[in-house]
Amino acid sequence: MEITVAQAIIKFLQEEGVEVIFGYPGGAVIGFYDALYESSLRHVLVRHEQGAAHAADGYARASGKVGVCVATSGPGATNLVTGLATAFMDSSPIIAITGQVRTSVLGKDSFQEADITGITMPITKHNYLVKDPDQVLTIFKEAFYIATTGRKGPVLIDIPADVFMAKINYSYPSNINLPGYKPTYEPHPLQIKKAVNLLKSAERPVILAGGGVISSFASSELIELAEKINTPVVTTLMGKGAIPEDHYLYCGFIGMHGAAYANFTINNSDLIIAIGVRFSDRSTGRVDTFAPNAKIIHIDIDPAEIGKNVIPYVPIVADAKLALQRLKEEVESKDNSKWLEQIREWKEKYPLKYKNQEGVIKPQYVIEKIYEITKGSAIVVTEVGQNQMWAAQFYKVKYPRQFITSGGLGTMGFGLPAAIGAQIANPDKLVIDIAGDGSIQMNIQELATAVTQRLPIKIFILNNACLGMVRQWQELFYKKRYSCTLFDFSPDFEKLAAAYGAYGRRVEDPSEVEDAIYWALEKNDAPVIVDFKVIREENVFPMVPAGGSIDKMMID
Amino acid sequence: MKHTLSLLVENKPGVLARIAGLFSRRGYNIESLAVNTTESPDISHITLVVDGDERVLEQITKQLYKLIVVLKVNDFTNFPVVERELALIRVSSDSNNRRAIIDLVEIFRASIVDVSEKELIIEITGDSDKINAFIKNLEPYGIKEMVRTGRIVMPRGMRLNSK
Ligand SMILES: Cc1ncc(C[n+]2csc(CCOP(=O)(O)OP(=O)(O)O)c2C)c(N)n1
Repeated sequence: MEITVAQAIIKFLQEEGVEVIFGYPGGAVIGFYDALYESSLRHVLVRHEQGAAHAADGYARASGKVGVCVATSGPGATNLVTGLATAFMDSSPIIAITGQVRTSVLGKDSFQEADITGITMPITKHNYLVKDPDQVLTIFKEAFYIATTGRKGPVLIDIPADVFMAKINYSYPSNINLPGYKPTYEPHPLQIKKAVNLLKSAERPVILAGGGVISSFASSELIELAEKINTPVVTTLMGKGAIPEDHYLYCGFIGMHGAAYANFTINNSDLIIAIGVRFSDRSTGRVDTFAPNAKIIHIDIDPAEIGKNVIPYVPIVADAKLALQRLKEEVESKDNSKWLEQIREWKEKYPLKYKNQEGVIKPQYVIEKIYEITKGSAIVVTEVGQNQMWAAQFYKVKYPRQFITSGGLGTMGFGLPAAIGAQIANPDKLVIDIAGDGSIQMNIQELATAVTQRLPIKIFILNNACLGMVRQWQELFYKKRYSCTLFDFSPDFEKLAAAYGAYGRRVEDPSEVEDAIYWALEKNDAPVIVDFKVIREENVFPMVPAGGSIDKMMID
Repeated sequence: MKHTLSLLVENKPGVLARIAGLFSRRGYNIESLAVNTTESPDISHITLVVDGDERVLEQITKQLYKLIVVLKVNDFTNFPVVERELALIRVSSDSNNRRAIIDLVEIFRASIVDVSEKELIIEITGDSDKINAFIKNLEPYGIKEMVRTGRIVMPRGMRLNSK
């Protein structure tokens, strides 16, 4: 039986196991939305296409499944761009479906035409413009395969309005023919042998776990390996959650705002087993002084990451899970007690810390209380800036996919829509968005989405009345010339919440912090904003100045 | 160091944009580019000359492989290859110097493809060195215009190990 391409896409999505899509209609996708009208596929209507992309991303990160978003041609599609770039930088598997102008007027600067495949070429893993209705289903199958295998990432499919309405015969495409795409999963046995041998002679080994461990569901393999060789584990920001933070071998996350003991550990190591990391500048600091005495075993599924930023001693192109399994099978147990003792001393001497101050709310205190009261079991999504770093430092997570943050792109406005995606993926879990007063205003319209979907997301704003992270840089490196970072106006977030039909509360006194958190946690039928008026001048420490060596930190 | 890369890519819309975009985005310079069909209608052939050390070349190769449309990347730099470029050169010429130019054309095994009162168009194929040498010899007569293709290469009669 012939059905329209739009109907076929929906049928395909359902067969592929997609339970929800995030989108926003418009002229070029009206045919798609028409087909959706009579379908059982859940569609979450966002209030801005950027929200759709971030929500799909948050959904993907929280669930490990593909996130799907939809937008119309032109401005709808360009509004997805930041969300796609965010997902691309953090290797998050999402599919973006965009409408395009009719094939007959393509390339003529028609109304709402934008070359979205051209625009998104550098920020998608792959993209397609589908002009032939008979190709649509094959392309969808390929797109899902590409997004979810190898190094995961966003794939965009651009479909002209007339193609949506064309009639095709539906049959689920089971074959994939991608001769140019063959990810390597199995590690080379010789390389594993080399790694095992290196480990034997190492005296100060450390495991560096990144987002790839989480992406490949390799957390338990990571822990098993670490325990077998008694080796400390540090993570990148993206690797937070790969190992429970209360695990005896966990030693913090490294990088610009990582724990001092984490940076000391990696920089003093003589062997780094790096898994699913890309040695980004935010993690390594100045790369030529990064871990100067360490040999690096670099395991990554993306061959291009190996040798890009640091030169490894043993390169291993493989899936993190398989590589960790093989390593664990072949390594011998190891005694690193002297090294671990040294690290314990660093931990004691240089803990993550802050000072409470009479009468003012410290942002770190708020995070610490949220952590205590939620018993470390909430899914924590962050915005970007100081709030993000404090959340990473003071909210200790227990499991993978519990800490969701825009690491690579550092996208302000990611948090709220990503929290929407995370909450939809986990309706029974507590989802928190740790926000700054700047970031939250970048996609505040998504409060409407959360309200209409009855999502009880807790939005905790660390309101420092400024763009805190930029203000911090200006204080430290630009002679306190606070150019355009201090807000002299703030919306009344309590009223704003009320206007949207959410719960809102302002907290100005430190004694009220706990009560406000409990109050927020009780609400379960709508989102909650708690606006914590925190001290403006607080800085995130430790800090490695940009381009500095990671063991030369400003501690406070 | 200059490297000659030979790529097999899927013959799909946007392939060249993907490859060119990758080079410009990552700051690599394309010195010469030739895009052609192959014996198979689904596959195109791209020959690139790029400058960079071993490490840069390794990155370029790996980044190229990340493009779904790229099937094969061969670095022919250290392989015995047949290498060709083609150039069309419009050179000033009158009855006084025509004989001298024809001699040059013969020495270089080029050919004259268009003749008019004041100029000739010469076609020459060969490797870069040969074409450069020819151009140098022609320069004194006054080169008015030149169009030159990118380099294409084919390995000599032996199987190669690609990366
Ligand atoms: C979309 C976007 N624009 C600008 C920036 C640059 N930036 C990084 S942190 C920051 C300040 C964030 O302020 P706020 O959300 O209030 O968080 P705080 O640092 O105060 O916790 C800015 C402007 C960014 N990361 N993303």
